[in-house]
Amino acid sequence: MKTKVPSKRLLCLSALAILALPSLGSAQESHIGKLTGHADSGKQLYRRFCIGCHGPRGDGQGENAPYVTPQPRNFVAATFKCRSTVTGTLPTDEDLFNAITRGFNTTNMPSWAPLTEQQRADLVAYVKTFSERWKNEKPGTPIEVPAETPVTLESINHGKELFQKLECWKCHGPEGRGDGPAASTLTDSNDQPIRPYNFSAGTRFKCGTTNQDLYKIFITGVDGTPMPSFADVIKPNEAWDLVHYLRTLQVSRKGPESDLLKAHGGAAKAADKSGK
Amino acid sequence: MLGGASQGLGKNNKWSLFTSSLSFALLVVAVILGDSRPAYTLPLPRVQAIPAFARKYGLPCSACHEAWPKLNNFGQTFKDNGYQLGNDRDAPIWQQPTYWPIALRITPHWHRENTDHMGVYDPVTDSIVSRSVTTHGFDLTGMDMLTAGTLSKNISFLLVPSSDNTGAFHFESVNVRFSNLLNTSWLNVKVGKFELDNMVSEKRIMTLSANGGMFQLYHFLPAGDYQTSGDPRFVGFGLGDNQLGVEVSGHSRNDYTRYSVALLSSNDGNVNLPTGRGYDTYLTFSQAFNAGSLGLQRVGAYTYIGQAPTNFPLDSNLNFIPGAGTGNEKFYRVGFFGLWYIKKLDFTTMFMHGSESAYLYSGTPSGQTLPFGAQDPKWNGGWIETHYTLNPQFILIQRYELIRMSQQGNTGNPSNLGDMDALTFGYRYYPFMTSRAGFAFHNEYSRVRQRGTGVLPGQDLTTNSVFAGLDFIF
Repeated sequence: MKTKVPSKRLLCLSALAILALPSLGSAQESHIGKLTGHADSGKQLYRRFCIGCHGPRGDGQGENAPYVTPQPRNFVAATFKCRSTVTGTLPTDEDLFNAITRGFNTTNMPSWAPLTEQQRADLVAYVKTFSERWKNEKPGTPIEVPAETPVTLESINHGKELFQKLECWKCHGPEGRGDGPAASTLTDSNDQPIRPYNFSAGTRFKCGTTNQDLYKIFITGVDGTPMPSFADVIKPNEAWDLVHYLRTLQVSRKGPESDLLKAHGGAAKAADKSGK
Repeated sequence: MLGGASQGLGKNNKWSLFTSSLSFALLVVAVILGDSRPAYTLPLPRVQAIPAFARKYGLPCSACHEAWPKLNNFGQTFKDNGYQLGNDRDAPIWQQPTYWPIALRITPHWHRENTDHMGVYDPVTDSIVSRSVTTHGFDLTGMDMLTAGTLSKNISFLLVPSSDNTGAFHFESVNVRFSNLLNTSWLNVKVGKFELDNMVSEKRIMTLSANGGMFQLYHFLPAGDYQTSGDPRFVGFGLGDNQLGVEVSGHSRNDYTRYSVALLSSNDGNVNLPTGRGYDTYLTFSQAFNAGSLGLQRVGAYTYIGQAPTNFPLDSNLNFIPGAGTGNEKFYRVGFFGLWYIKKLDFTTMFMHGSESAYLYSGTPSGQTLPFGAQDPKWNGGWIETHYTLNPQFILIQRYELIRMSQQGNTGNPSNLGDMDALTFGYRYYPFMTSRAGFAFHNEYSRVRQRGTGVLPGQDLTTNSVFAGLDFIF
C-alpha cells in the first residue's frame, strides 16, 4: 500500500535534515592544532591500516586479535590508557593523535608516524565514531603539568619514600622490576592478565618518553589497567620527586637522576616502610 | 554501531559483485583487443610482497602496500628501518617458536602474445620471411620464495631463492643489513645481492605480462648493441637487475629524506664473476614532502656509473678466464623521478639518460680501432605510470614508456633505430585483505613497438601481450 507523503511534511523533514547536518559533521571530525580530521577519509585509512587488529566494528576483535598480546584496544568501550585528561574522562583529539603517532611500545601497535599528519587526524576522527561516548560526552580537561622541579638527591630520596608509601612496590616490585607480590594477579578491564611496567628493562613508556609523560601517568592514571590516578593523593612537587626516583630504577638509562645518584653512592635512601 | 557495520558489510557485498563484474568485463575487453604477438619467456614474478611480515605483526597487506606489491610510505619506512617497526617486537625472540618467515608467490595465468614482423623460416622459399606470430595458452610464472626478517635488533636479512617456470632456481636476493649504526638512521649497511635502491621498484612492479612485466627503460640497450649478441663474455646491464655489492644508505626518522651509495661488482648481479673485476657505483637521493590532504609527494635523482671489460685473456686451452676481463669501458645511467599523489590517484614519473662506450656497443677490445662509424650510443627515456586506488582491494594501472635514441651507436644507423614506445594498462582486484595471505585477480594488456628492429630493414617490431592471472602469495 502506497502512502502519500504531503509535500509540506517532506519539506520540513528536509529542512530538519539540513539543520542536523552540522551537528553530525562535528561528531565526525577531529581537531589537532590547525588540522581538521574527517571521519570519511579516516574510514578508508582505518580499513587499510587498523582493521586487522581493531576489527571492522572497532571492538578490538579483528582477525588478529586472538594472536595479539596485549589485546587490541576496544574503541567501542572508549577507555584509553594514555591521556592528558583526568581519569575516567575521554582523551583529547591530540591524545589520540599522539597515541597513533607514537604507537605503544612492547605491543603490536606500531608508530604510524610515516602516515601524514592529515591521515592521522582523519583516523582520530574515525576512531571516535565507534563509541556513543563521543556523542554524549566531551573530552576531559587536560591536566596542568607544572615546571619540573630540580633533580636533587633529596628529591630522589623523597621519591623513594613515596614509592614505598604509595605501595607502588606491590605491583612494580621493590626495585621496579615489575615483580611485586601483586604482579601476577593483575588484570585489565577485560579481565586479561597484565604485567606492571618493569623499570629495569629500560624500554620506552607506553605513554611517552619524557619526564612530563611519566608525570602525567601518575596524575591521570592508566585507565583500563590497575594503575590508578594519584591526582588526589600527591602534590605536584611530590609527583616530580617520584619521577626522579623512578628514573633511577631504569638502570640501563643514562640521565641526570642516575648520574646524581651514582655520584652519591649509587642508592637512594629512604626509610624502609615496605615491611621487607 | 552494529547497524552501521552491517550496512558496511552490505556495501562490501555490492562492491564485490560490482568489481567481479568489472573484472570479467575488462578481461573480455582485453582479450578482444589483444591483437598480440609472440611470447618469449614470460618474466619471473619479480615482485616482492611478504605476508610473513603481515603474519608477524598482525597487519593487513594494505598497511605496507598501496596495493601489493607496491609499497606505501609506511612500508617503505619499515623496509628502510631494517624490517623493524621499532615497537620492541621486532627481534626473533618475540616470535612464537613455530613462526617461520617464509612467503611463496606464483601466478598461474592465461596469456596471449603476438609479434609483427618476426623473422620466420619459410620452407617454400628456403628463406627467412617477415610474419605475424601468435601464441596463447595457460601457463605459470616463476616462483619466488621470500624469506626475510630480523636476525637480531638492527640486523636483518633477505633471502629470495627464485625459480623460473620450469623450477630451475637461482638466488634473486641474498643480503644482510646492519641498521641504525652509531644509533642513527642515517647509517645503514647492506651486503650481498640486492635490488638497487630504486624508489620506483621493478621488484614491486604492478604489471606482470611478457611486455609489461618489466620497465623497458631499466633494461634498454640500443638496437645492434653487441652486449645483446649472446656472447657470454658480455652480460649487459639492467637498472632493474639485482646487483652484488655493498650499499650504504640512510634516511631521516620519518623517511622523507633518503640517500644511498652502493659499490657493486661489475657483473650485473651474476655470481662467479663471469666477466671482469671492475666495480660500479650507484647513487640515489630522494626527498618527500607533505602536500596536506593530497598526500605525500616524493622527488629524487639517481645515477649509475658502470664499466665492463672488453679484453678477455685466455687460458692454456684458449678458453676465456672468467672474471679476468680487462680493458674496462664505461657506461652510465642518470635520471630523476617523482611520485605524485592526489588522494586516490597517483602518478609515477621517470626520466633517464643513458650512454655507453662505443667499444661496448661494438664489442671491440679497448685500445683497438673501432669499426667505421662506431660512436657512443646515447638515449633518453621516461615513463608516466598512473594508479587509481579505488580502495585497498582494487587498483587500476596504466603506464606509457617512451625511449628515444639521441645518438646511434653507429653513424650509419637510421636516427630512430631502436626507439621504443610501450603502453600497458590493467587492474588488480584483491577479493580479500588479510594479514595471512594475498590474492589478486590480475588482468593486463601491453603493447611494445620498437622502430626498425623487425626482421626486414625499416620494419618495426611490435609485440602485444594479454595476461589474465591469479596472483597469490602466502
